[in-house]
Amino acid sequence: MITLTNVCKDYPTRGGPRRVLHDINFTVGPGEKVGILGPNGSGKSTLIRLISGAEPLSGGTIERTMSVSWPLAFSGGFHAALTGADNVRFICRIYGVDYKPRFEFVKDFAELGIYLHEPVSTYSSGMKARLAFAISMTIDFDCYLIDEVQAVGDERFRERCREELFNKRNDKAKLIVSHSHTYLRDSCDRFLLLKNGTIEEYTRFEDAFFDYKAMIGEHFESKEDMIRRLEKQAARRAAAKEKAAKQKAVGA
Amino acid sequence: MPSNDTTAPRIPFRKPLAINRRVIGALVLREMLTRYGRNNIGFLWLFVEPLLFTLVVISVKAAKIGVYGSAISGVAFAVTGWPALMLWRNMPNRCTGAVRSNRSLLHHRQVTIPDIFMARILVEFMAASTSFVFVTAGFYAVGSLMAPEDILKVIAAWCLLAWFGAGLALTVACLSERFTIIDNLWRPMSYVLMPLSGIAFLVENLPPGYQHIVMWVPMLNCVELLRDGWFGSLFHAYYDIGYVIVFNLCLSFVGLSLLRQVGLTPSDE
Repeated sequence: MITLTNVCKDYPTRGGPRRVLHDINFTVGPGEKVGILGPNGSGKSTLIRLISGAEPLSGGTIERTMSVSWPLAFSGGFHAALTGADNVRFICRIYGVDYKPRFEFVKDFAELGIYLHEPVSTYSSGMKARLAFAISMTIDFDCYLIDEVQAVGDERFRERCREELFNKRNDKAKLIVSHSHTYLRDSCDRFLLLKNGTIEEYTRFEDAFFDYKAMIGEHFESKEDMIRRLEKQAARRAAAKEKAAKQKAVGA
Repeated sequence: MPSNDTTAPRIPFRKPLAINRRVIGALVLREMLTRYGRNNIGFLWLFVEPLLFTLVVISVKAAKIGVYGSAISGVAFAVTGWPALMLWRNMPNRCTGAVRSNRSLLHHRQVTIPDIFMARILVEFMAASTSFVFVTAGFYAVGSLMAPEDILKVIAAWCLLAWFGAGLALTVACLSERFTIIDNLWRPMSYVLMPLSGIAFLVENLPPGYQHIVMWVPMLNCVELLRDGWFGSLFHAYYDIGYVIVFNLCLSFVGLSLLRQVGLTPSDE
């Protein structure tokens, strides 16, 4: 269980402290999947950082009775001068886990080949993302923090991430920040909308998404209208995909 | 909601010792790997630097413009001066900016800001000590340096100096985390302190009027103690261990208090 009670966060500016999160209250139970929506700059990533413990709170408390991961696919913790293997070793050391089996897993999953023994500074952003995700999967947590995990990487990589996260670790709690609404809708059972530093809870994705769209200035006439449009969009996409697949088949 | 209901920064000092040791150990290894590398000769600089300094001192002595007592060999004078300087000066140098460059590691819940500083201070201590031991042993082996007269005094001086360096590192680093200007002020200040720390003179050779003034410099007391331990019979050493201990205690208190404040600033990862 992660319990946030009256969590506040201020950032100093020249005009005095600015409150970016105001009296946030919510809990994440074991195995729950919670999606976080909100426009740019609404404090989604700040919230994730607070829960991961990387930043101190300005007020309130966060109680964690289950282990919480670092933000997933987060590559900021890499040392650029060290090799990928060194970084894996470092993570294993600070978490006090056995290095060998985890190294094998990272080798298989990240598919870096000989580059696993080259400095991280020589990696492309896709390679870094693969390494970061692979390392994230080596330590077992009760709750995973996921901040835009699919921002980088290609289709296949995303597919494999999903497999690891939602099939193999389906019993683990997850807190997901994403701008991709289909991703959130398909993978979460509760939704939080960040609005002017406060939070609103929804159990139905459509309600959350309707309010979110209204916030960023895209007003639908009604929820039904929105759902219809979303369905149309999805159908269009599916059709396009099918067409592409057919063309590919013909070409082959 | 009142805006002043802030809780203390969450720096868990009392987490199990085992985790602490594990994390600091991992940070130390990471630090050594990045600094000395795996397959270059970066490590050698630890020894080349004091050796170069020793050569300079020997040539100055050869030119007979030495400022130190003539009974003391240039080698003995140099190898008790430069490593001591490396010990207390490199710790603050390494610790400033340590949090800024390692802030992303704080996403791992068991890594804390004190761990980051502790690792850097440890690496610096080990580096300076290794360099000191190997360089002095080397000169001893080729016969240009005598064995220390009182090894306990040497060790005591080394430890006091390391303690001073650690306190200074915490203070300077935490201040510079808060005010970037400290970063810019520390460098020139360290250059002012450098000659004052006894690297190139003995207190006994100073005019008596100045002796009382320079004795306020804690590093100088340590260096005098170190030299007293090595070749105390050749000169009259001036030092006040009690003063150094009190100074170190105060400095450590200030450093640790400031350490609690770090992390309240916004992250810049």
